[in-house]
Amino acid sequence: MGAVAPYVPFLLGGVQVTLQITFAAIALAVPVAFILAFARMSPFRAMRWAGGFVIETFRGSSAVVQLFWAFYVLPLFGINLSPVAAGILVLGLNEGSYFSEVVRASLRSISAGQREATVALHLPRFFAFRSVILPQALPVMIPPFGNALVLMLKFSALVSLVTIQDLSFRAGLIATSLGTSGTVYGLVLCIYFALALMLAGAVMVLERRVNRWAGRDDTARSGFFTRRQSSVPPWAFGR
Amino acid sequence: MGLRPMTGFSWDWSFAWSILPALLKGLAVTVQATLAGFLIAFVGGLALCLLRLARLPLLSPLAWFVIEFLRGTPFLVQLYFTFYVLPNYGIIFSPFITGTLALGIYGAARAAEFYRSALEAIPPGQWEAALTLKLPLSGVWFRIILPQMWPVALPMLGNLMIAMFKDTAVLSTITVLEMVAVAKDIGVQTFRYLEPLTMAGILFWCVSYLTARVIRTVEEKHAS
Amino acid sequence: MQAETAGARQSSTPAGILEMRGIRKEFDGRVVLDDVDLDLAAGEKLALIGPSGSGKTTVLRMAIGLTKPDAGLIRIEDKYLWHEQRDGRLVPAGEKHARVARRPVGMVFQQFNLFPHFTALENVREPMVQVLRLSRDEAGSRAMELLRKVGLSEHCHKRPGQLSGGQQQRVAIARSLGLEPKIMLFDEVTSALDPELVGEVLRVLRDLAHATDMAMLLVTHEMNFAADIADRVLMFDAGKIVESGPPSQVLVTPRMPRTRQFLRAVNDR
Ligand SMILES: Nc1ncnc2c1ncn2[C@@H]1O[C@H](COP(=O)(O)OP(=O)(O)OP(=O)(O)O)[C@@H](O)[C@H]1O
Ligand SMILES: [Mg+2]
Repeated sequence: MGAVAPYVPFLLGGVQVTLQITFAAIALAVPVAFILAFARMSPFRAMRWAGGFVIETFRGSSAVVQLFWAFYVLPLFGINLSPVAAGILVLGLNEGSYFSEVVRASLRSISAGQREATVALHLPRFFAFRSVILPQALPVMIPPFGNALVLMLKFSALVSLVTIQDLSFRAGLIATSLGTSGTVYGLVLCIYFALALMLAGAVMVLERRVNRWAGRDDTARSGFFTRRQSSVPPWAFGR
Repeated sequence: MGLRPMTGFSWDWSFAWSILPALLKGLAVTVQATLAGFLIAFVGGLALCLLRLARLPLLSPLAWFVIEFLRGTPFLVQLYFTFYVLPNYGIIFSPFITGTLALGIYGAARAAEFYRSALEAIPPGQWEAALTLKLPLSGVWFRIILPQMWPVALPMLGNLMIAMFKDTAVLSTITVLEMVAVAKDIGVQTFRYLEPLTMAGILFWCVSYLTARVIRTVEEKHAS
Repeated sequence: MQAETAGARQSSTPAGILEMRGIRKEFDGRVVLDDVDLDLAAGEKLALIGPSGSGKTTVLRMAIGLTKPDAGLIRIEDKYLWHEQRDGRLVPAGEKHARVARRPVGMVFQQFNLFPHFTALENVREPMVQVLRLSRDEAGSRAMELLRKVGLSEHCHKRPGQLSGGQQQRVAIARSLGLEPKIMLFDEVTSALDPELVGEVLRVLRDLAHATDMAMLLVTHEMNFAADIADRVLMFDAGKIVESGPPSQVLVTPRMPRTRQFLRAVNDR
């Protein structure tokens, strides 16, 4: 442990890179998810097909392959992305494809009656979406969003494979120069876990605020910290 | 970023054809790692889940922590940790076995959550009903609870298997010659990245798509 | 027929405010409305009765454009809902045209469909702001007036979840009235209510029917209520109108055996 101590500032720099990539990628993933969800719900067949194609492409193959593809193949077509841009793009599109299903399911969970009421009241479509549908759908999306955010944090470790100096990459550098990989990787795992807890906590705060904005009671249901009583009784285990 | 070779703008079918056997061999390794890892996840996940729910002193909180820790940290770093730490304790496996083990353990933590949500989806009334039937404990589990858990858990486990299949690409970082490692090696040696990486992506897509289809068909058959 | 309706509009005889001609609708190959003609005069109160599944709700949904007919014409005031006039001929028109054409119509649903995240006041006020383009203050004071009329001014800051079913339905009525419709559609607005809450909603409707010159199209299973407020009653069965006339005739001395049978079943309940 002591041998690692001088490298802690270096690792913290890696934490910063990791968080930057995570937030940038999630900031890309959310609009991508909404756009893909709208495309999939579009009345136009071509739009539905295009949305489905993007989603299936990104979900069907491995993120590692996509990352390498963006890094090694795109330049061949004259698209020279920096490693950071390539990483954010791949992570954002990938997670956005997954999250679009959440968005779609949440929007669909709003009853047909609510939608019909907006029509029967002649409400402008944008207002109907922004002020009637979205406030009811958004609270449903927040707990899965928390999962997506933690997933993105874990996902971001992959960018170390394309030479970005994030937390994982720096762990590798220190491990090589010190020869004490166990301590370094153990420490880095703990750092990631702490970051995941922090993000989960932040999402709980976010959930409260969204619930209040949407006019719901502001109890959070998402996250690591809400302990629910298991429905499996103690006697099921012989006691 | 260094020098980038500027060859390979256009798709070369004969080159693609020539590297297909190597990629398929890599795919075989990928599939083996997935299946072995999934087996660990399938069994280990159930054990972790039951341990967590059993409310045993020390063991249950420990199981809970292990599950959450593994689910809260990147598989890549878990893999490095396993790969570099095991030998310190004199445990020396091949990279393939180490990788599969790490994949299986990570999968077990995720499977444990699926098992738990499937168990908790069973209405409490079922437990109460089982109690009034005065069945032995094994009867409660095997005749009432588990038959209701599987239909919920299996689709989630199927998706887990597909996710694990895609995660195997990470094993390339510890010199396991699975498909992505093979594709990258071909790129390094020939300076052609377009074909091997694209083909690897498509092969991944095909296998996971087919698996998803099979799972859905089985699911629908079960439902009816 | 087109010439006939166009002519009717230009003549001085007051044309119906809502007119349906030859309406046909199938769901999954099952005929739900079969060649239905329906006229509603300005200010008329028309009650629709008939057994479950006979197509009453579908007729109402068509009148406000929630369901599109497979065949037939729907005219609201001087506009056709799914057609527009071009060179004196009627040609099919799309959603955009329908949004304008159905504007004079309002609808109250069986399930209220209040917006759960708005207060009662906001439920009434916001559509007025959005559709009538009133200022929030102006819309707010009109909304309060409407809520007072339905007896809910003291509950105006509650959310739908904090109101009883009857109170929610009264808010929904106020919400529709806020847009000053010329035609109001009511689809079994008391059917989702506990029996003891039915009265308060019917009272509001009764007052409304007697006080306004708005045309009303009501689906109801409350025969006494229909007899009290309706100018005319239509009996539906299996997607067709089987009998039409004043309540004193249709509800008291029905001509058709099907109507008699239906009324007996309702009274035996
Ligand atoms: N969206 C739809 N898809 C398929 N079938 C439908 C749909 N809407 C209505 N139907 C069918 O059309 C028929 C008429 O329905 P409608 O709701 O108009 O009847 P109703 O007279 O209002 O009956 P109730 O008194 O039960 O409300 C019913 O058999 C119903 O099942
Ligand atoms: Mg109905």
